[in-house]
Amino acid sequence: MLSGRAAIGGIGATEFSKESGRSELRLAAEAVLAALDDAGLSPADVDGMVTYSQDTNQEIAVARETGVGDLTFFSRVEYGGGAACGTVAHAAMAVATGLARTVVCYRAFNERSGRRFGQPNAGLSGEPTSQGLEMSWHVPYGLITPAAWVAMFARRYMHVYGATSEDFGRVAVTMRRHAATNPAAWFHGRPITLEEHQASRWIAEPLHLLDCCQESDGAVALVVTSAERARDLRRPPALITAAAQGSGAGQMMMTSYYRDDMTGLPEMSVVARQLWEMSGLSPSDVQAAILYDHFTPFVLTQLEELGFCGRGEAPGFVRDGGIALDGALPVNPHGGQLGEAYIHGMNGIAEAVRQLRGDAANQLAGVTNVLVTAGTGVPTSGLILSSG
Amino acid sequence: MTDPLHELADKQAALGEVRGAPAPDPVNAPMIRHWLAAMGDANPVYLEQGVAPPAMAQVWTMDAPRDRSPVDDVLAALDDAGYTGVVATDCGQTYHRYARLGERLTPATRFTDLAGPKRTALGVGFFATWNVTWYDEDHRPVAEMLFRVLKFRPPEVGKPYPLQPAVNQDTAFFWEGAKQGELRIQRCADCGALRHPPGPMCPACRSTARTHAVATGRGTLHSFVVHHHPPVPGRELPFVVGVVELPEGVRIVGNVVDCPIEKVEVGMPLRVTFRPMDDRLVLPLWTPEEA
Repeated sequence: MLSGRAAIGGIGATEFSKESGRSELRLAAEAVLAALDDAGLSPADVDGMVTYSQDTNQEIAVARETGVGDLTFFSRVEYGGGAACGTVAHAAMAVATGLARTVVCYRAFNERSGRRFGQPNAGLSGEPTSQGLEMSWHVPYGLITPAAWVAMFARRYMHVYGATSEDFGRVAVTMRRHAATNPAAWFHGRPITLEEHQASRWIAEPLHLLDCCQESDGAVALVVTSAERARDLRRPPALITAAAQGSGAGQMMMTSYYRDDMTGLPEMSVVARQLWEMSGLSPSDVQAAILYDHFTPFVLTQLEELGFCGRGEAPGFVRDGGIALDGALPVNPHGGQLGEAYIHGMNGIAEAVRQLRGDAANQLAGVTNVLVTAGTGVPTSGLILSSG
Repeated sequence: MTDPLHELADKQAALGEVRGAPAPDPVNAPMIRHWLAAMGDANPVYLEQGVAPPAMAQVWTMDAPRDRSPVDDVLAALDDAGYTGVVATDCGQTYHRYARLGERLTPATRFTDLAGPKRTALGVGFFATWNVTWYDEDHRPVAEMLFRVLKFRPPEVGKPYPLQPAVNQDTAFFWEGAKQGELRIQRCADCGALRHPPGPMCPACRSTARTHAVATGRGTLHSFVVHHHPPVPGRELPFVVGVVELPEGVRIVGNVVDCPIEKVEVGMPLRVTFRPMDDRLVLPLWTPEEA
């Protein structure tokens, strides 16, 4: 069993911006050093590294820059932002099995000033790889941006459950309200109203601009080590009570439109089932959730897939203030990717650790278990982190 | 072949030899001297004997104000059909005698053959062949030339559509079908299961034996998006992309076209239509059933 064997002992990040002015490798190295410093460890202690397969900074390059020596474990996690919690899952497995003692997980990019994921890329269907062929059923029709891929699911969800654009908008308004009181957030001090959400321009109907997360430059790193060792480090540990990856039947990258039901995220259900089984917890046992919010509609879907409310009930749950700081399940107290920054989900894991330590900007009371999810619409991953 | 290009070519060939205007200048020493210098030909025999190098035949009538030759209409028609590229492939000359200083030559052109379309390394094209004969004032032939050009369709002529699908042996049948106006759905040759998108192995029975069914072309809009931003190469904004449910039991993604955007709604009946995007790609798209 993996539960409770490993912990996150350090977190680090660069500033979140629209133009870092630095190379992605430098951002990675800065975040890794910050995370090690937070843990009270040095680069000499690191023997494992994990990042996303989309990250442009190889483990060996980050190791060279930071003065890390021998690596006994290195791994990449696939599927875009779906990798976020998966990096911690891989690190925890390495620590639990003895492949490595101290593993650093990182994600670093200039996603606003460099390559922007929201821009059309005709190369997606350029090569007859399995993914290129999969994209070839969509890209030729101009269905080529993440917003549009998600909007296709959102329209079906609206049709089946009677959800409205305002229901999506309430997610954005809540995230921006949380970010408004988080000094690290790009949208610190800049909340929005539902009217502003409705008035923002169409990106891909039914999604408005304010249904879409920001584009950010920045990096986040996490230090994973054994639970016993983490207890001896500088900061209180965040125990990895559960870690899971998930892909569903008929899975595609962002375009799983060919399954019977287009209103859910079966891959997140696969993750949820494992998280609850591995942890022995139930939804009522978590005091906060960090839900991947690249686009608002999938926050609703995740609430349903994770069991925080029933099918089609998420709009009502949010309308009743369920995801606010004082709600039944506070979601993304840092403001999420809509409000704080889009660091491909890695910044959300850091927020979960802060909530457990008790030093978050928008600190909730009595937090002992936090659930974290990764990218939605893709094969994904999740964590339950606990104070310990 | 009964296509318009070959019809025109046959018509022009039937005209036989068509005389052009006489050369504006007689065969003359300055031009011969200039030509010899340009060609690097040091043989003194031409100017000493007062004859022109035979290979100069074409030179004498090159600038002649001329009537349209039978070749011109064929080449213009090829241009109009998109075969705008040109490359000379053959030139054979026959010399009956030397042209002498002071003679004034007259060309006559006979269109002889149009062959194609043929696939060539330069692109698909036609080979056009004609003969020119240069006559003296007594209407005796001095020189003849067979000339052949390849008129081809340059690959860049139609602007290529920027959003091309990757195609391999598992998916080529679908795109080939679209070119032929068929919406093809993969069918397992063993268990008969229909499947879209297609793949190399039947997920139901694991057979790799594949065939396809041709869909009725009807469908129902299951979901859709209206893309407004950012701009997409090859597309005018805004445009509609939908997931279409087919009565055959599979879904397919495609654009909904020929319909005001505000009329697009989940559940609307649709019919497939095939749209060429460039010389290579035909996409199956969807229009309202009523249309």
